[in-house]
Amino acid sequence: MVKIETSPQQVTSRKLTVSKAMVEGIAQEMERDPSVIVLGEDVGAYGGIFSSTTGLLERFGPGRILDTPISETAFIGLGTGAAVEGMRPIVELMFVDFFGVAMDQIYNHMAKIHYESGGNVLVPMVLMTAVGGGYSDGAQHSQCLWGTFAHLPGMKVVVPSSPADAKGLMISAIRDENPVVYMFHKGVMGLPWMTKSTHALGDVPEESYTVPIGKAAITRSGTDVTVVTLSLSVHHSLDVADELAKEGIECEVVDLRSLVPLDRATVLESVAKTGRLVVVDEDYQSFGLSGEIAAIIAEEDPRLLRCPMKRVCVPDTPIPYARSLEQATLPTPTRIAAAIRDVMA
Amino acid sequence: MTQTTTPQLVETDVRLRLFERMVILRRFEKRVYDLFLQGFVKGTSHLSIGQEAIAAGFGEAMRSDDWTFATYRGHAHTLSRGVDMAPVMAELMGRAGGLMAGKGGSMHLTSVEHGMMGSYAIVGAHLPIAVGAAFSAKYRKSGQVAVCFFGDGTTNIGAFHEALNFAAVYRLPVVFVCENNLYMEYTAIHDVTAVEHPAADRAAAYGLERIIVDGNDVSEMYRIAQARLTRARDGYGPSLIEALTYRHNGHSRADPGKYRPDAEVAAWMERDPIPAYRERLEREGVTTQALDAIEERVSIAVDRATESAKASPPPPAEAAYRDVWSDGGWQWRS
Repeated sequence: MVKIETSPQQVTSRKLTVSKAMVEGIAQEMERDPSVIVLGEDVGAYGGIFSSTTGLLERFGPGRILDTPISETAFIGLGTGAAVEGMRPIVELMFVDFFGVAMDQIYNHMAKIHYESGGNVLVPMVLMTAVGGGYSDGAQHSQCLWGTFAHLPGMKVVVPSSPADAKGLMISAIRDENPVVYMFHKGVMGLPWMTKSTHALGDVPEESYTVPIGKAAITRSGTDVTVVTLSLSVHHSLDVADELAKEGIECEVVDLRSLVPLDRATVLESVAKTGRLVVVDEDYQSFGLSGEIAAIIAEEDPRLLRCPMKRVCVPDTPIPYARSLEQATLPTPTRIAAAIRDVMA
Repeated sequence: MTQTTTPQLVETDVRLRLFERMVILRRFEKRVYDLFLQGFVKGTSHLSIGQEAIAAGFGEAMRSDDWTFATYRGHAHTLSRGVDMAPVMAELMGRAGGLMAGKGGSMHLTSVEHGMMGSYAIVGAHLPIAVGAAFSAKYRKSGQVAVCFFGDGTTNIGAFHEALNFAAVYRLPVVFVCENNLYMEYTAIHDVTAVEHPAADRAAAYGLERIIVDGNDVSEMYRIAQARLTRARDGYGPSLIEALTYRHNGHSRADPGKYRPDAEVAAWMERDPIPAYRERLEREGVTTQALDAIEERVSIAVDRATESAKASPPPPAEAAYRDVWSDGGWQWRS
């Protein structure tokens, strides 16, 4: 189902970071479609505080790359209104943690007006936002919160982990006729000032292409245990899988890539194959994605599991500041490895 | 003469059209009130009875491709853009033949083809959205203007201030119209606002003119609407208009409005915009028969819209599962 729009022979790729791949996806869509604009705090000259818009102002000018006041209600609402009237705005919410000051615009308006208008209006906009912790930014700048957005009807929720997906999913999000929340983890962007992840750099085709929203990726095949995960936790899970392979444990790593729509089929097929499940989710544990994955198995066929599943999530506490405390709450490679060993025991 | 083939507004003289618009809004909403008491209209309903001159003046002055953004008190603004009464009535009754097939109800009336871009039930939320539509108009150089109506209570919520600043910074073609009916829900606006004029006294903070008009004078509303729409179309940015008015009914449902002093209510009832305008037209030489004919025609149309809405069945349960997504579906699990 992956649609690469040029024929494979013509595809040339080079290694890019997630942030450069995202920007390339945005820029190619802006070249193709004059209705695409970008707005948010510090997205212009500064290029986005997590480099999600680097260089766009120079290429497309202030008429299409708009630095906004600190006024999320105004500019997210503006995005919705512009989308309803024929534009395809990409609105950056600097940190997802800030959604509280503008959540009304997001879940009551952006997400609902298509439905409540009886399908009369369309809202083809992208709300992109930085998520995740691991760098001591404290309880109000480190959350993922994707489960909150996924819980509320009317928004697609996209969470890329690799450079190629970051670009292809961005292009799909821009072209989608629905509001799409595009959540990029600061730790996957490949930023020099963040903790390094080797998976943040990868092959990205130069041409424009889409990655379908709602299709998970098997990022590593394995027979012993299914690790269902997303975003930065994919990087950690792949590293852990490499280590455990040395002990003879073969992990299958499923990168969900989107929460809404959620690819149930891929999860069920993988669990049917391995019979063991670990969910790794950097969001709060209770009432969220990890419980939803468990419900999918329970509703479909609990006998798929040979042993109880494990969840590696942020416990139901705010994310603490001190490095040692933060690492104790996040789904670190150590916690992921322990959970996999547990289900294998 | 049927609802679908006869336009709701038939007069050609602007003065008569203004009158006709107000009569449509008044008679339609009087019927809505009756139907609410009879249990045909459920949930809630917020009437604009007494405030019709604002919607009528703007409805007449707006270009057909301009946009209206309204609040949950949006029946009048919807009808004044030329939307048929029958589907609006059916929507209020929650019928399959409703304007949004029963999905939205009284507080979310929307008709894109008429430029009625939605009624919003969260105070202040639609101001930023109207700013976005205006941004689109400016960006595409389409010459369209967004008109955003709201009540006095909206002026104390953050979205009002954020939207005004944004619209002023980008000089966007948007006209903000505060319908100051003196009460935010059940509380006098004066008791909870730091300034006398909740909208106009804030205009200077965003570099805008202080504009206060008589919201019960339909010709004044028509004139200010024309002037401010033209100004927005010509690239001079947003306007903020405070129109003084009064609702004859309570805030919503069957609220009798007992929190308002009797003398105040009586004084404003004397200033009912429809009889006042009728008297003026008669003084200007319009015949009683011509005005009576309008009243009668509208009255028949309201009866027909009511019958048509009552005849429409309730929407089937499966309709609840349509239109969450642009492909018409609802499932979020692929």
